[in-house]
Amino acid sequence: MLSQLRTLWTVLQHTFTKADTVEYPDVMPYLPPRYRARIVLTRDPDGEERCVACNLCAAACPVDCIALQKTEDDEGRWYPEWFRINFSRCVVCGLCEEACPTHAIQLTPDFEYCEYNRQNMVYEKEDLLISGTGKYHDYNFYRIAGKAISGKDKGQARNEEQPINIKSLLP
Amino acid sequence: MNTAILIATVLICLLSLAALLIWLERRLLGIWQDRLGPNRVGFLGLGQVVADMIKIFTKEDWIPPFADKGIFILAPTIVVIAMLMAFAVVPFAPDTSISNLNIGLLFFLAMSSLAAYSVMLGGYASNNKYALLGSLRAAAQTVSYEVFMGLSLMGVVLLTGSFNMSDIVLAQKEHGWFVFSQFVGFIVFLVAGIAESHRLPFDLPEAEHEIVAGFHTEYSGMKFGLFFIGEYLGVALISAVITTLFFGGWLGPEFMPPLFWFCLKTFIFICFFVLLRAAVPRPRYDQLMMFGWKVMLPISLLNLLITAALTLARAS
Amino acid sequence: MAKLTVDDQDYDVADGNNLLHACLSIGLDLPYFCWHPCMGSVGACRQCAVKQYADENDERGRVVMACMTPASDGARISINDKQAKDFRAGVIELLMTNHPHDCPVCEEGGECHLQDMTEMSGHTTRTYDEQKRTHNNQYLGPLINHEMNRCISCYRCVRYYKDYAGGRDLDAMGAHHHVYFGRHTDGVLESPFAGNLVEVCPTGVFTDKTFSAHYSRKWDLQTSPSVCQHCAAGCNITPGERYGTLKRITNRYNADVNGYFLCDRGRFGYGFVNSDDRVTQPLARETINHADNTNSDTAIQCSTENSLTRLTQALKDPATIAIGSPRASLESNFALQSAVGESRFYRGIAPSEDTTINTLLKFQQSSCVNSASQRTIESCDAVLILGEDLTHTSPRTALSLRQTVRQRARELADEARIPFWQDAAVRELAQQEKSPLFIINTHKGDLDDIAENTYFNSPQKIARLGFAIAEQLRDKSGALSASLTPEEKEMCSTIVNALSQAKRPLIIAGASLLNEDVLNSALDVIKSLHINREEVIQAHLVVPEVNSIGLAMLTQSSAERSLSEALKQIESGAAKRLVVLENDLYQRVNPEKLDAALEKLDEIIVIDHVWHNGMAKADLIIPAASFAEGDGTVVSSEGRAQRFFATFPVNADNSSANDSWQWVNQALDNRWKNFDAIVNACAESNDLLAPIADLAPPADYRQHGLKVPRMSHRYSGRTALSANINVSEVKQPADPQTALGFTMEGSNVNAPGPLRNTAWAPGWNSNQSIHKFQDEVGGPLTGGSSGLCLFGSAESNELEFGVPSEQTSNADFSAIPFYHIFGSDELSNFAAPIAERSPQAYLALNPLDAAQLDLTQGDGATLRFENLQQVFSLTVVIRPELIRGLVGLPIGLGGLTRHLLEHSPLLEKNLAWQRVPSGRDQNVIATDQSIGLSEGLVP
Repeated sequence: MLSQLRTLWTVLQHTFTKADTVEYPDVMPYLPPRYRARIVLTRDPDGEERCVACNLCAAACPVDCIALQKTEDDEGRWYPEWFRINFSRCVVCGLCEEACPTHAIQLTPDFEYCEYNRQNMVYEKEDLLISGTGKYHDYNFYRIAGKAISGKDKGQARNEEQPINIKSLLP
Repeated sequence: MNTAILIATVLICLLSLAALLIWLERRLLGIWQDRLGPNRVGFLGLGQVVADMIKIFTKEDWIPPFADKGIFILAPTIVVIAMLMAFAVVPFAPDTSISNLNIGLLFFLAMSSLAAYSVMLGGYASNNKYALLGSLRAAAQTVSYEVFMGLSLMGVVLLTGSFNMSDIVLAQKEHGWFVFSQFVGFIVFLVAGIAESHRLPFDLPEAEHEIVAGFHTEYSGMKFGLFFIGEYLGVALISAVITTLFFGGWLGPEFMPPLFWFCLKTFIFICFFVLLRAAVPRPRYDQLMMFGWKVMLPISLLNLLITAALTLARAS
Repeated sequence: MAKLTVDDQDYDVADGNNLLHACLSIGLDLPYFCWHPCMGSVGACRQCAVKQYADENDERGRVVMACMTPASDGARISINDKQAKDFRAGVIELLMTNHPHDCPVCEEGGECHLQDMTEMSGHTTRTYDEQKRTHNNQYLGPLINHEMNRCISCYRCVRYYKDYAGGRDLDAMGAHHHVYFGRHTDGVLESPFAGNLVEVCPTGVFTDKTFSAHYSRKWDLQTSPSVCQHCAAGCNITPGERYGTLKRITNRYNADVNGYFLCDRGRFGYGFVNSDDRVTQPLARETINHADNTNSDTAIQCSTENSLTRLTQALKDPATIAIGSPRASLESNFALQSAVGESRFYRGIAPSEDTTINTLLKFQQSSCVNSASQRTIESCDAVLILGEDLTHTSPRTALSLRQTVRQRARELADEARIPFWQDAAVRELAQQEKSPLFIINTHKGDLDDIAENTYFNSPQKIARLGFAIAEQLRDKSGALSASLTPEEKEMCSTIVNALSQAKRPLIIAGASLLNEDVLNSALDVIKSLHINREEVIQAHLVVPEVNSIGLAMLTQSSAERSLSEALKQIESGAAKRLVVLENDLYQRVNPEKLDAALEKLDEIIVIDHVWHNGMAKADLIIPAASFAEGDGTVVSSEGRAQRFFATFPVNADNSSANDSWQWVNQALDNRWKNFDAIVNACAESNDLLAPIADLAPPADYRQHGLKVPRMSHRYSGRTALSANINVSEVKQPADPQTALGFTMEGSNVNAPGPLRNTAWAPGWNSNQSIHKFQDEVGGPLTGGSSGLCLFGSAESNELEFGVPSEQTSNADFSAIPFYHIFGSDELSNFAAPIAERSPQAYLALNPLDAAQLDLTQGDGATLRFENLQQVFSLTVVIRPELIRGLVGLPIGLGGLTRHLLEHSPLLEKNLAWQRVPSGRDQNVIATDQSIGLSEGLVP
């Protein structure tokens, strides 16, 4: 009983404490860069699409709201032919970003993407792709992985020797 | 003619008060929970009341196909009517009450018990297991708490020697506020009042984490709105009656009119109701019943006994 | 049974296997790379290290390679021993030092044995920080992609390609850590079984190029158990679909049929399902009157109801005849047959094929012969092939035969007490020793390199040689043997000796030469061998199409059901309407005759899934489901009835295509309630087909109340797949016909064999996980394999075969069929990569004949036929082994169809011919193979 009364008293005291509410949108809150909201596809430092259409984000997505189709250019570079996120299903959990091996898919602090029409919540690649590198400025997957693409032949990735001449028997 | 004007005034005031209470409650809850509450619509968010009213009037009024249609519609009206009727005996100021009944207090008790039908019929007519559970809870709760609600007031009646509400107020001019002489009666009535109006912490008939929304699960639109208004009217009524019976009604210093004092005291109690909601958690249902029968009933009986004994002693 | 103790747990394992085989068979996880259940052990990768103890008291033990150590009775090993674990972790770390770390852009990612084994061995953090060795890739043709940096040098590819499949143009090159697996130069991998490298390679060195073109991860594919439609071998396949596109075909393990391997036609020939030439809407021909009083025929879209009404009318008309198809399912054929009645249903195969297949079917039911499954074929030890170029007519059988000839090696190994799984040792021991394989055919084939003896002559001559062999087997050195040349006589007696001395002889023949005598001679050999050996003889009789046998069984009771009979009906005016089921009649009969006949008809309705010539004259075209969208039963050469299930729902892209039998069923006012009903009806209608009712669990089969799912439990993107069309998700399509669902709900872990669509086990994401679903590694599937053999040996109707007389034709030339794995099959040609691998149409001639006509290799020749208008201009290819007077025509290429073989060819030089500049570009198919076909095949 006493504890109930004490609670009443404590709560009553809060009449004189300041409200914690931030009056969005009059006052914009500070959201750190790692805040999880709208998803974007970024580009590598060379300005090329980072996404290699590996499908790991789609596999990681707990609500299965990512779908994409792989294609590749003449030089063997993989990229998504189309990339679709159904934001009306997205729970901004960020697992896609964690799954992404190329830092392509990133969550941004921009959370203001409500729509009156639910159909407009479906974002295609053109809507997702931004022109910058996002949070990770230097990473370039193809400079590290051994697959040859335009402008980077075999042996030019990180820690790679020049290709072996298989006709040579020299050690 | 005067009575007609008074009735109209009270009716309008009460109904707008009920609506305003929604806003008030949300603001107060906000303040006590370190939030702001509704503040975007109009001055201090007062426009929210209007917005809510527009919303609730224009909402789809859905009657489930499996419901007992007649009773389903009737149920929410009972609570509002009963609460408004009860206000008839409340004296707002000297000689200002709709009906200065000699059995005013009994009339109040009768009316507030009638409200129980509203809940029971609503739950029954919904033909929904959650609604039925809620109404059963409400019935049991009302029956249990009504017993000592009446008993707790008998002390006041003994001291005054009248069931007339105005007499009771006037009696406090001589005796001082009954809250001092009938403190136990006040506490018991307060608890019973909360339970009668199904307010937190005794809102088990609509405990949403257990039985969805209790008796009004199937209600929507204005019919739900009537239940809602009924609840706030109940809050206002209990506050007004507490003020009248224990805090000297309209009595107060001369520099303000009596109506002001009455309203101020009632307002404070309404705020207290909100504070309860902000602070106190809901008990379990068995705890509620046990508290009623094993604690409150003996206390109120004891209180009545002692009051009667003292009154007799003084009289002799 | 041997007792094996693993980590102090006792197990009973089969005798004579190695420890790795034993451990995997009892369900333990042990990493490995180079070992393969079909290829044995070489101990190359050092990944399967375990600790072996001498006895209970031995506490130290020693690390051994599980794949190289016999699981002898009482062996004690430990998989979890720290030293063994460290050893394995160390090995995988070394293997991974040069790995390019490109899993996200690797087609193998997610179903990679290397990924699985790396995880299993616990190598999760890379510590090696030095330079990586790199390799350049090679162009290996349109089917297979090469990414050499991913190699871990397990040697599986060359062991499969060279040792198992007999390929010659893939090898290991270089030394030490420079070892390179590839061709001597860029170019197409020649072997028609190269596609299996994709599944054999434990990592992503060899990947499916056609799959990569529309790539999806394994877990995103919707799969179903299916049967390959591109020949009659009946290989089990798993087609994978996503976004309404059939993405790839992978092997579906069936111990008795295809085992672990498919041919490239089956693996890469799926393009027709996705083709732009698919018929997706009912089309009706309308004659439009133009303003200028000319008429033109146009196909316009016809509503489903309308087309159903027209189909109903046609089926009810007593003047309607129907033509079935050997590439349609039993159910579709049966539906049409019962719709029009047996007397008005025709088989729809070329008349020449018709008789051979019927003879073959009758013979298969006699008691002297057992139709050999692929597994049985591999266990035979003397083979006679009569008139079949197996690599091109039944490719999977050719691959089995390459294992058959290793029976001799098995015997030698047994003598030397070396277990057969000691692959390198056994091959070293056997050297070139092979079980006898004899090939008698009209021309050279790809199996000649493993043959003990080959003989090429005209169909007539080889038939006579066949009958001579039969005669000698019956110990009658009669007239036939006397008429043989000395060379033939020697061949004859060698074969007779080999066949009668073998433990388990095998005769292979078939309908490919479209020559009844050749088939009859082979059947006579079987019969004689049966009399000679007094036992049931193993035989594999090849038929051309996926359901040739099924169609023949369905119509066996009716007398004359060939296509020529149907044409007679039309010409006589008895038939007024024609319903054609999944059949391009222009491939089957003389087009001129057909044109004339079709003109007489009031209405022609064609039910099919891809556009073909047969639709040009149709009044109504009804879209059918392909094998990937429909359910059905087909009967293979072996007589094995197998069920295939739809991989994805037919209405995926607003197509109104439906199973052919469903169209007929709807037109008949739903005579059969569902698929099971029609299967049961079909089974009841025909004693031969009775077992098909038990092929798979019925549609109401449930596991824990759920259907067997077609999607993996990791299927992604459900809420985004069709969100561009409508953000509200559509209901999952229902499959009322089968026990499989188009869903992720449920589990296929305990699915019965016929419903097992794909293999996955925790920690085993690659196709290697199949061993988790086998009774024993390399053994039958748990839950039963799919398929039941319909050939009973109850009846003993003894067929008599007449020996053909040695007649001489007046014609200068006679035509014989040449088949091509890429090009001779109608449906697989729709796939662009298969078309790329197909040779250009040509004409094969003996050098002397060519010289007579003043033709040399690469010249053009004009080909006409007696009594036919058609003219062909073809490149000349010189084939020295061809007998004079034979003209080899590649069936299916350049419009050369089977019916042409019934006519005498007339040849002359085409003077206007532009020679194709010789010079090898990357797409040259044959290079150093003995066939000598390469020149002149360059497009």
